[in-house]
Amino acid sequence: MIVLEDVQKRFPDGTVAVGGLSLTAPDGRITVLVGPSGCGKTTSLRMINRMIEPTGGSITVNGQDVAAMNPNELRRGMGYVIQHAGLFPHRSVIDNVATVPVLLGTKKSVARRQAMELLERVGLEPALAQRYPNQLSGGQQQRVGVARALAADPPVMLMDEPFSAVDPVVREQLQDEFLRLQSELGKTIVFVTHDIDEAIKLGDQVAVLRVGGTLAQVASPADLLADPVDDFVADFLGKDRGYRGLGFQATPQLPLREEVTVPIGSSKEQALRLAAGQRWILALDDQRRPLGWVEPEHLRDEVVPTMLHRGGTVASTEGSLRNALDAALSSPSRRGVIVDAAGRFVGTVVAAEVLSAVEVARADS
Amino acid sequence: MNLVWTWLSEPSHYLGSDGILARSWQHLGYMVLTLLIAATVAIPLGLWIGHTGRGRIVVVNAVNGMRSLPTLGLLFIAVLLMGPRIPGDLAFLAPSIFVLVVLAVPPILAGTYSGVDEVDPAARDAARGMGMTSWQVLFGVELPGALPLIFSGLRSAALQVVATATIAATVSIGGLGRFLIDGLAVRDYGQMAGGALLVGVLALLLDGAFSLVQRLSVSPGLSAPEASSRNNQDSTATITT
Ligand SMILES: Nc1ncnc2c1ncn2[C@@H]1O[C@H](COP(=O)(O)OP(=O)(O)OP(=O)(O)O)[C@@H](O)[C@H]1O
Ligand SMILES: [Mg+2]
Repeated sequence: MIVLEDVQKRFPDGTVAVGGLSLTAPDGRITVLVGPSGCGKTTSLRMINRMIEPTGGSITVNGQDVAAMNPNELRRGMGYVIQHAGLFPHRSVIDNVATVPVLLGTKKSVARRQAMELLERVGLEPALAQRYPNQLSGGQQQRVGVARALAADPPVMLMDEPFSAVDPVVREQLQDEFLRLQSELGKTIVFVTHDIDEAIKLGDQVAVLRVGGTLAQVASPADLLADPVDDFVADFLGKDRGYRGLGFQATPQLPLREEVTVPIGSSKEQALRLAAGQRWILALDDQRRPLGWVEPEHLRDEVVPTMLHRGGTVASTEGSLRNALDAALSSPSRRGVIVDAAGRFVGTVVAAEVLSAVEVARADS
Repeated sequence: MNLVWTWLSEPSHYLGSDGILARSWQHLGYMVLTLLIAATVAIPLGLWIGHTGRGRIVVVNAVNGMRSLPTLGLLFIAVLLMGPRIPGDLAFLAPSIFVLVVLAVPPILAGTYSGVDEVDPAARDAARGMGMTSWQVLFGVELPGALPLIFSGLRSAALQVVATATIAATVSIGGLGRFLIDGLAVRDYGQMAGGALLVGVLALLLDGAFSLVQRLSVSPGLSAPEASSRNNQDSTATITT
């Protein structure tokens, strides 16, 4: 557990970057610091590993005051991922990852073997291990940066905008992998971003900072969206808060409808017969996983992949109300496709029913 | 051309204590000695300036001053001042080497500290952030990152020294410069041009040797050849500011 108590930082030129911040980052959880540019996020993070010395207040990690610790030992016990990765250009990918274990006295051959495993865990091909950082894409470099910070298996990770230098698609991948990794590793993470959507997606707890480095609000993402304390937080969260808030409500028992389905590869006649006058029917693969909607009237001969309408999203019974509502809204038949945890089709749902489920959930809480 | 060829193809010119082979060795010896001394002074100093950021302005000015000194004048002054205090052959050798070192230090020094400057601040920050000590950052990140520019500094120092060591023959030390001086004295133009040619060959050989060592010791993760020649211009730019 990391506890910041009334932490302050005034730089020698008089700038007050952090003006009395109190915050607790619980064990095994992701605490996100978010706020507008210049609000002191980086400064706050770097005071935890003493890359910057506070001018007031105290910081403890598992009850130990960091001010009393040797800075280098403190840092070796924490993973630190900086923006733009900061890889060592003269070392190969694998030696970059092995850096901290080697510093800590692990034999080079052992450290390299562990580094190989880590590269795989963060989704990098083993073939990349011998490359140098300048031969990697931005997204790959970020992954190496994360692997390097994880290498000594530190209980604490400090991450400063680790996914900001990549395009939105890659960023989403990195975020998903990061969440998967965290569900396996359960580190205590302090994560800095200026992107509120990233904060809401990744945080178990989100701390919104104001310029001047004071805490505006700290709450779970759902509570933050449901109940911002003031206009600053509300503005910072942005629009569609109600809709985005649905993302944190688990899907209750929705009244699922039966649906006419057709196996991929069926003939037009078969499809028409099954449809019995219905405009849209759902094509499934041999595992009963949904592939897309199809209009039997418009088929040429068989139900082939190119004839499928692919605009509809698919929601899982394990997913959120937001997913279910979006599945209904995006479906050409207006019936949202719902699958079970294994991805098999279980039924459809219409928007009105999802909305009444929302109302029921709200009345219950 | 014919004269040069005649002079160079005469086997007896190669042998003896004032033959081509001995003189070439001597010349090479001066250079290696000069570069060793200059590197011992300039590389640690450059690393210290680059690592701490301290003393930069003083050193840049001193280095610019050193670069603008007239070499020949400096040589005569050094011989006059140092010569009488040093016994024997050293009386001429030591001042010459001293002047060559003065010439070789600026490019190596500039290459070293601008090499450290070139190191990505993010890499340095990451190194500190993972708990490397100041020394570990210096030797694990900054020095390897600075190597390409340290080598270009060494190479340009070597080229200057190889040429200027020739002038040192005017104060009666050995080396290939003797062929130019002696040739001039007896109007043997073949010998003069041959000597000059040998200086050129030696310069090329030395530069080739450096580039080989550079290829072996600089990480392939750093700068392709084009990038390092661009950096080279940067380092000279740093000096003049
Ligand atoms: N070394 C320094 N000296 C003086 N002021 C500084 C220094 N470092 C940061 N600041 C100032 O402190 C404030 C907070 O900076 P900080 O880097 O923590 O912001 P941030 O929230 O991380 O912003 P961003 O999202 O842009 O990265 C800024 O106003 C910045 O200009
Ligand atoms: Mg920042």
